[in-house]
Amino acid sequence: MNTTAPAVGARSSVPFSARLSEWMPKLVLAPSFVLAFLFIYGLMAWNGYLSLSASRMLPDYSFVGFEQYGRLWESERWWVALKNLGIYSVLFLFFGMAIGLLLAILLDQKIRAEGVLRTIYLYPMALSFIVTGTAWKWILNPGLGLEKLMREWGFESFTFDWLVNTDRAIYTIVIAGVWQSAGFVMALFLAGLRGIDDSILKAAQIDGASLPRIYWRIVIPSLRPVFFSTLMVLSHLAIKSFDLVMALTAGGPGYATDMPATFMYTMAFSRGQIGLGAASATIMLATVAAIVVPYLYSELRTRK
Amino acid sequence: MSPAAAPSRFDWHRLALWSVLLLFAAVFLLPMYVMVTTSLKDMEQIRQGNLLSLPTSPSFDAWSKAWSHACTGVDCGGLKPFFMNSVVMVIPAVLISTLLGAINGYVLSKWRFRGSEVIFALMLFGVFMPMQVVLLPMSQVLGWLGMASSLWGLVAVHIIAGLASTTLFFRNYYVGLPDELVKAAMLDGAGFWRIFWRIIVPLSTPITVVTLIWQFTNIWNDFLYGIVFSGADSKPITVGLNNLANTTSSVKEYNVDMAAAMIAGLPTLFVYIVAGKYFVRGLTAGAVKG
Repeated sequence: MNTTAPAVGARSSVPFSARLSEWMPKLVLAPSFVLAFLFIYGLMAWNGYLSLSASRMLPDYSFVGFEQYGRLWESERWWVALKNLGIYSVLFLFFGMAIGLLLAILLDQKIRAEGVLRTIYLYPMALSFIVTGTAWKWILNPGLGLEKLMREWGFESFTFDWLVNTDRAIYTIVIAGVWQSAGFVMALFLAGLRGIDDSILKAAQIDGASLPRIYWRIVIPSLRPVFFSTLMVLSHLAIKSFDLVMALTAGGPGYATDMPATFMYTMAFSRGQIGLGAASATIMLATVAAIVVPYLYSELRTRK
Repeated sequence: MSPAAAPSRFDWHRLALWSVLLLFAAVFLLPMYVMVTTSLKDMEQIRQGNLLSLPTSPSFDAWSKAWSHACTGVDCGGLKPFFMNSVVMVIPAVLISTLLGAINGYVLSKWRFRGSEVIFALMLFGVFMPMQVVLLPMSQVLGWLGMASSLWGLVAVHIIAGLASTTLFFRNYYVGLPDELVKAAMLDGAGFWRIFWRIIVPLSTPITVVTLIWQFTNIWNDFLYGIVFSGADSKPITVGLNNLANTTSSVKEYNVDMAAAMIAGLPTLFVYIVAGKYFVRGLTAGAVKG
């Protein structure tokens, strides 16, 4: 990373216009820079302060230290949200990565209709989670949805009540989340596969290695960077999950499918627990930062 | 990469390959099929048929109800006002954030100065941070500025929140343009803006399309800012749809829900089908290239 050498050297021998063009870039960048920084870091700090304050219904800036965090970790609902996030993240990452990688490898076998198939696999990403969540809610509803279909197909005792079942509802969110994002993972892996040098594979084939073996031993290991960035992107998406939960279960039944993001929203904007909401937002921030910052750091360092 | 394909003899591997691919295609298309067919049925056909049955007498009644007189909470004016809010919100938000991103990207790639890389790195975190940390303070700021619960407050939030990704897109694209272009123009006496408008902008069509589509899709589909920062008259389409689908009435009208979901999804779906290539480029650029 080279921070000193300007891409274009401004010379001071041409007095006014050069001095102007020396300042112009900074001047032009300044407004967005200031806005973005106040927005990102200013509000982040402010939220951090709120989380240390006594705020309930209204912001109240009397300092109470880590009291809100204490309340947060004592809250059963917060633990439910964390547990759900754990279940969701593990399953979402596993199935999302597995299906995405499978589809990418299959599509890489010189498939004639690749463009059409790719379009089909990826279209959910163009839709809002609210749209797809509404559709899944109808498909998975016990009564007229999937359950009725299976019964008409002859499975008389088929029941599927996960959507309204306290212990199962979180898995409906996993289904919809994986369905929405698998195509995205496929696109990332496909881009990675296209970047692999053909000659290595040709050589391996000449040596008599079978196709599955070539994939297992050469191709998949060389996708390691794509693996990490995909994992990073998916896990930060999982932590931020909000829309899908709201559309599919709204955190229910009760608060059985609450996640940190919906917990934060409920506390801050409908329960009058601003301090608690701010504390949960700070925990979310810390978790995302722990995943993303090392990644960004290495990305920026390796890029000359 | 692409391993040498087997010659055109019949091949069980090929058959298995195609079966898996088509099975997944069916799984991905199924919800869309269900949405479309359900939206064309009336409640009677929904009760008679099943999830996969085709409508026996298709009609757009559910669509017109979803558009103009379905209930979203206490209001019963359909999705139309929400849709219009989203249109009014998305146009300035997309255009302004894209323009600012282009200018920022131009500075951060062709006019680097001491510290500009650090600025870029700090801005990048804005792409990933959980927006929950800005919700509470931002609603207070919007209140002070007199923009709470207004469409303009929402537009402002979308512009600022979008700056990180639009800057990232343009910056990474401009880094790939040869510096000689700028140097040559400077020797000819062109200044900062002249180089931008005459040389950089004409070369920016692909990345501009990518960014416009990316911003449009994200802002149209946003729900979090929409639900937190909007007031009674400024709710975007996603909030309208969510209210409609979660309004508890005696009879759940799934056909109206599906028609409403289609209405909310069609604009971004249309863009995806027309310009999918650019959308995918945005997705992968935003994700991989930090």
